[in-house]
Amino acid sequence: MKISVIGVTKRFDDFAALNQVSLEVRSGELLALLGPSGSGKTTLLRIVAGLDWPDEGQVQFDGEDALARRVGERHVGFVFQHYALFRHMTVFENVAFGLRAKPRDEQPSEPEIRRRVEKLLDLVQLGWLAQRYPTQLSGGQRQRIALARALAIEPRVLLLDEPFGSLDARVRKELRRWLRNLHSEIHVTSIFVTHDQVEAVEVADRHAATGL
Amino acid sequence: MSALPRADIIKDATRPGISSEAALSRPAIHANSRRGANSRADPLWVKWLVIAVATGFLGLFIVLPLVCVFTQAFSQGIAAYIAALTDPDTLSAIRLTLIVAAISVASNSVFGVIGAWAIAKFEFRGKNLLIVLIELPFSVSPVIAGLVFVLLFGLQGYLGPWLVAHNIAVIFALPGITLATIFVTFPFVVRELIPLMQQQGTEEEEAALSLGASGLKTFFRVTLPNVKWALLYGVLLCNARAMGEFGAVSVVSGHVRGETNTMPLHVEALYESYQFAAAFAVASLLALLALVTLVVKAVLEDRLVGE
Repeated sequence: MKISVIGVTKRFDDFAALNQVSLEVRSGELLALLGPSGSGKTTLLRIVAGLDWPDEGQVQFDGEDALARRVGERHVGFVFQHYALFRHMTVFENVAFGLRAKPRDEQPSEPEIRRRVEKLLDLVQLGWLAQRYPTQLSGGQRQRIALARALAIEPRVLLLDEPFGSLDARVRKELRRWLRNLHSEIHVTSIFVTHDQVEAVEVADRHAATGL
Repeated sequence: MSALPRADIIKDATRPGISSEAALSRPAIHANSRRGANSRADPLWVKWLVIAVATGFLGLFIVLPLVCVFTQAFSQGIAAYIAALTDPDTLSAIRLTLIVAAISVASNSVFGVIGAWAIAKFEFRGKNLLIVLIELPFSVSPVIAGLVFVLLFGLQGYLGPWLVAHNIAVIFALPGITLATIFVTFPFVVRELIPLMQQQGTEEEEAALSLGASGLKTFFRVTLPNVKWALLYGVLLCNARAMGEFGAVSVVSGHVRGETNTMPLHVEALYESYQFAAAFAVASLLALLALVTLVVKAVLEDRLVGE
């Protein structure tokens, strides 16, 4: 799916986080959004997701107005820098959340949920952690679970907000390569926010810069 | 006054013993010589004096009264104790206390969650004022809390004539007692939740919403479970205070035995009519509530660390 951001402006009090920003993400590509911290890239990502609203401008998914929809209706997978896993749920329940949150008539059956969650955990290679709680996992593991959780709703768009920002250098490097491979497997249109130029080049098909 | 000379005696008395003490604790000193040096700077008698004063105070002001309550309660035998507790006026006081506590705890829990949510997760004008106001009942004398409601709903109060005209009893009745209790116990739940919710932020809620959960589902499946132990902790303290509140309730209750007396008021009424054993029997129930609260509180504090 194609994402078009057209002339988006967002102000916080007197400070303009985004000023007439336009961006186009091609269907199926992985785009890195590169810029120093405070340059509004997270704000832009949140606007695309529906977690924030622009003061001006448009966001379109395949030419259709995305701003008319709430976050839950946009079918976006959002991966947070600090994982935001549900701390009182097991890894399994975290990944299953999106499936259980569907309205009753769209909810998959229990065996179907189990099958899909196990498949996703295999995809992120962490099936053996299903019954653990988030606090029992390392940072890298948590972020992979967060990704599996986001993918569970079969999102049309995957948005990653500095997903490796709080990991150490070695794990970062490993996960970059892994994300690259994962993306070539699932081909969902993705935006990846980072302030690390090397990371942007290594992971993404293309990159766009903000705040320059 | 007598502590000083006595302390000197203890100090002198321990001096000859120092060498054997040092010999005994030599391995510890070796393992941590810095600490060893410190403990030499704080002589043993200081340690014992401080511990003695602390436990002495605790015994005198907490344990002794508690023991007194129970011994007095049973001073005329178990039969008299049970008779005192099954007296119709006592049962009525217990019933009223339970009703008032149930309503107050429920309403303060609902408000506490909503209030904490508003303060922790949104930015708005006047937020700091709201935080200060929430704590107000802690700094206001309960008697004033009671008087405020008399002023509002009493016969001479602003709404009094209207209430009388419509045959609604607030003051000297259940509604007034409940209102005063709600006011006094207002901060307990909300102040437990605010810091925790602030610390947890909004990311988990945002994640839930992005996964397609409705606002209500997000609240019941993410927000509430994340604060459940803090909520229970607040409810527990709120309940203990609601059942034990005297001052505010005393002003609005009217002290009608068997009708508008809560347990603490009933204890006072019994005591003032020289029914000491009965007074202490009812008081022992309140003391028991305090002890149970204490135990549950310790358990919850343990769980809270996990949150």
